[in-house]
Amino acid sequence: MPWRTDVVYLYDGTLQGLLTCVFESFSCKELPMHIYTQEECELSLFTAKWVDTDEEKARRVWESIPKKISTRARQLVLQSFYTCLPDKERHILDFLRLGYAAGPSVTERITDERVFVLQKAVKHLLNEAHLLKGFLRFSIHGNVMVGVIEPKNYALSLIAEHFCNRYPEESFLIYDKTHKQALVYQSYQAVILQLDSFEIPKEGEEELRYQRLWQRFYDTVGVEGRYNPKCRMTHMPKRYWGNMVEMAPRENHSDAYADKPAFTSLTA
Amino acid sequence: MDIMEKLTILTNSAKYDVACTSSGVDRGGAPGSMGSTVGCGICHSFASDGRCISLLKVLMTNYCIYDCQYCVNRCSNDTKRVAFTPEELAELTMAFYRRNYIEGLFLSSGILKSPDYTSERLLKTLLLIRNKYHFRGYIHVKAIPGTDPALLTKLGMLADRMSVNIELPSQKSLRQLAPNKSKNDIFAPMKLLTSSIRQNSYDLAHYKSAPAFAPSGQSTQMIVGASPESDFQILSLAQGLYQKYRLKRVFYSAYMPVSDNPLLPARGTKPPLLREHRLYQADWLLRFYGFKAEELLDEEHPNMNPLMDPKCNWALNHLELFPQEVNTAPYEMLLRIPGVGVKSAKRIMTARRNGSLSFEDLKKIGVVLKRAQYFITCSGKLACGLKITQDGVMRALIGDKLPAENKPEQLSLFAPSAMLLKGEIRQCLGVRT
Repeated sequence: MPWRTDVVYLYDGTLQGLLTCVFESFSCKELPMHIYTQEECELSLFTAKWVDTDEEKARRVWESIPKKISTRARQLVLQSFYTCLPDKERHILDFLRLGYAAGPSVTERITDERVFVLQKAVKHLLNEAHLLKGFLRFSIHGNVMVGVIEPKNYALSLIAEHFCNRYPEESFLIYDKTHKQALVYQSYQAVILQLDSFEIPKEGEEELRYQRLWQRFYDTVGVEGRYNPKCRMTHMPKRYWGNMVEMAPRENHSDAYADKPAFTSLTA
Repeated sequence: MDIMEKLTILTNSAKYDVACTSSGVDRGGAPGSMGSTVGCGICHSFASDGRCISLLKVLMTNYCIYDCQYCVNRCSNDTKRVAFTPEELAELTMAFYRRNYIEGLFLSSGILKSPDYTSERLLKTLLLIRNKYHFRGYIHVKAIPGTDPALLTKLGMLADRMSVNIELPSQKSLRQLAPNKSKNDIFAPMKLLTSSIRQNSYDLAHYKSAPAFAPSGQSTQMIVGASPESDFQILSLAQGLYQKYRLKRVFYSAYMPVSDNPLLPARGTKPPLLREHRLYQADWLLRFYGFKAEELLDEEHPNMNPLMDPKCNWALNHLELFPQEVNTAPYEMLLRIPGVGVKSAKRIMTARRNGSLSFEDLKKIGVVLKRAQYFITCSGKLACGLKITQDGVMRALIGDKLPAENKPEQLSLFAPSAMLLKGEIRQCLGVRT
């Protein structure tokens, strides 16, 4: 009997919820047109079916992946879940269907559209997370370090370990403005919380002093004779600039983005 | 003096050093300390010249007893001289690191009083950063030629990478432009670093508690365009350094005119950026693609082609080896196809285990078909509608990169022809006949 396709699944947006949808799809022999979270749900011609998150079903699917496919495939599913790929839930379901049929070689089928689309999205995610490890800026307020990011993907969970490992003795908060989530780290413990709004407190005198020193370093280290804003833009896209101290407008400077080095060569 | 002014002056005098990488060593954080290093390195910002800012790159001092003509800090240059104290620099490094501005410190110095005195100040700074502030991030420090080996060893135990700059790629140029340095002064510390690193890798393998000596290896820098050496000489020297001294990186720095010495390019001369770029491309071919310097250049063709990257240039001169069948070519040969990089070559090896590849598949793998299409077949087929001749491929590949004066313009009866002649292209390509 052919699988029913004129149905749309709704779930709670969690990984466990999605895994329950995968379970549901196989047990009811349904291939949903889409799998949506409640917010994404639009009026649709198809029957919308709410799938209740079930820990046991989710666990069974989760454990079946390394057994029937591979651990590499499970990692790809997990990372894909953190991406901003439109309709990622349906792509993950397609990938798993292929994986259960093809076995461990599925992650090597990099030219198959179902694998390619996930790997491409994950590459974008990993790249964004890598850049953020460099571009994130902390400001220090009392003893707490605060940083804000605006990633396209759910990159926060990917950069958490890096920062916790790097600053083990500090207390810090990283706020993801796009997805309204915050990573809070204190005394060797880290949690990610939902946080609807967050404002960076006003900087104290010492913080401002170091920000000015860093801006001066940035303005000085570029070599005038090699001025190349296009190259800079390629490596450091403009969408990151808003949260970076050195790209902020200078106080007593007319040019907003430190285009020209502030300090002319000492040798002239 | 105010730290702001010191930072400005000592950044300004350090910025011509191009090395700013923080890669090569993976060291996680530890309770009670601050910092970690990441194998692939992290860029924290990009300067207005498009170069990565990874480390706080400053000089300890710009006082210098030497008079190297190509250097902004030469003693005959009339400029303001300042010096950081080790405490100031350690504090600044930690404050920047904590705010995630930098991956660590890149510390170089002019020669104050003597090489040993200077190195001792560097050592004092590193000791403060490592022992007082418990810093586990990245440190790159210069080995000052002429320093006592015992001091260099101590520095190497605290740093992740050390480097001695060759600066000028031949002894003759060195004698003319850097009268206080000799070839031996430069190669002696380099040799010492090589043997210490080798000895240390043996110790690390045999003793659990052996401390690491410059675990990220050593690098060097050569200035391009200040002296008359050819690309072939420079590339051969780099190849020797990679093989003989096990260097991790050789950096090339297009010379920025900073002096009125008649032996050097005049002020206002543009730095040879394209030449520098070609040298880096060739350097990558040496390190990751299995090429030899002699394959890319030779005595008769000592300089790189400005219109085409060295790999395309090599492939066009060896059309007898192409087209390669993507589905069967060995890995070493895949690497030599223009438009195929290390990553895509590896992905081709993986993907072709699951069926034969088409041009469409290669696009997904990340192959740059614009270049690769002239050099490959997929299951015996060439890309549609391609006819391959050396001139045709060359024209297609250099297409929009023709020099500005060859751009189309209003026809004139007397102007020289704007079209590149066949002979001219062959000449610029260095076609071997």
